[in-house]
Amino acid sequence: MHEFDWSSIPNALPFLWDGMKISLEITLSAVVFGIVWGTLLALMRLSSITPLSWFAAGYVNLFRAVPLVMVLLWFFLIVPHLLESLFGLPRGTDMRLTSAIAGFALFEAAYYSEIIRAGIQSVPKGQMAAASALGMTYGQAMRLVVLPQAFRNMVPLLLTQGIILFQDTSLVYVSALADFFGAAYKVGDRDGRLVELLLFAGAVYFVLCFAASRVVRHYQNKMKTA
Amino acid sequence: MISMNKVSKHYGSFQVLADCTTQVHKGEVIVVCGPSGSGKSTLIKCVNGLEPFQSGEIIVNGVSVGDPKTNLSKLRSTVGMVFQNFELFPHMRIIDNLAIAQVKVLGRNPEQAREKGFKLLDRVGLRVQAEKYPGQLSGGQQQRVAIARALSMDPICMLFDEPTSALDPEMINEVLDVMTELAQEGMTMMCVTHEMGFARRVANRVIFMDQGRIVEDDSKEAFFGNPRSERAQQFLAKILHH
Repeated sequence: MHEFDWSSIPNALPFLWDGMKISLEITLSAVVFGIVWGTLLALMRLSSITPLSWFAAGYVNLFRAVPLVMVLLWFFLIVPHLLESLFGLPRGTDMRLTSAIAGFALFEAAYYSEIIRAGIQSVPKGQMAAASALGMTYGQAMRLVVLPQAFRNMVPLLLTQGIILFQDTSLVYVSALADFFGAAYKVGDRDGRLVELLLFAGAVYFVLCFAASRVVRHYQNKMKTA
Repeated sequence: MISMNKVSKHYGSFQVLADCTTQVHKGEVIVVCGPSGSGKSTLIKCVNGLEPFQSGEIIVNGVSVGDPKTNLSKLRSTVGMVFQNFELFPHMRIIDNLAIAQVKVLGRNPEQAREKGFKLLDRVGLRVQAEKYPGQLSGGQQQRVAIARALSMDPICMLFDEPTSALDPEMINEVLDVMTELAQEGMTMMCVTHEMGFARRVANRVIFMDQGRIVEDDSKEAFFGNPRSERAQQFLAKILHH
């Protein structure tokens, strides 16, 4: 029987907190960029301009049909080279964080765009007609009338997707980036207490994600009664 | 003011509008009626280009609606429209519903736009509701706000697409009263409606449609007194005798 020894955790807390900051940074950046890019993709997909809608459909289908961990590896391998040659950065600059954020954002955008597309379509057609009848252009009607209603309906789904994304950030271990999971792994490996550290990390992920999903649920219920 | 010449529209092989020709002069109130599916809503949605049409011509205040070079948004900002389901913007307060297009489309200053919004709300008797959201108002109140919102753009004419069809019976009159008042002030109006009492009292002319065609286009006296087509006679018999 394995004897648990949790003593290496207290000393490692600052290091683990640094890892958590990286996890949160990746999550927040990817959510923000993913929603912005996802909104553009959704608008392209719904556009009557065929090349745009084909591009968006192709993009979404591509990213939804490949494993996330593979996309992260592509970006880990490709983005540094690209940036080095584009901006003349010295070779070996650490761009793991940048490429991880880029990979997550572009990948998540495919999922966000599907959520946002459904959200836009859930707004009654008459709203667009009414906005147009008042003389608004398509862009104004989208921005002022349709999207605000769509996003309001979508907030729970977008947050839930954000929670999934937060869990998925642990996949950056493939690039040896010390996010929360990576940090826990490193500490456990160093002290020979891998099981304890992974259990601890799992508990932290569980508490955070469970709490966040309760918040989403609460918001959903509030919306229903409003 | 509005002139339609042989307007036709079809979805695939289904003919929605067939050779519709009519004129609406300044200050006239036209009631468009007919059985459901006869194309009456489609017809008035063609007037401000919300529905495209394949052939024929519609001229509104000298501007051709079907011309691809026409700035449709600009044209629509001069034509008020009221919908069956009100279509107020649910995420904005009533006063903002009235101000937003004035500010964003006409470029009016927000203070003036609100001021005008309050005046129009006064006129439809809803000033006290200005800070509420549409969902907090009754259907009749929402439709009166929708009329005020259309008026906020100082339209040259107004289109009504079955404005009372989605309302509970006891709320129909408050909306018809606002429309009647508007007609008496000389607004040019095209109304798709089944309210024959309103047509009798207020309309100058009645257009009767069936299967995408304008079957009758006559003064209200002639239409109600002596409809020429059998189809219109049947229609009137059905809606007047129960």
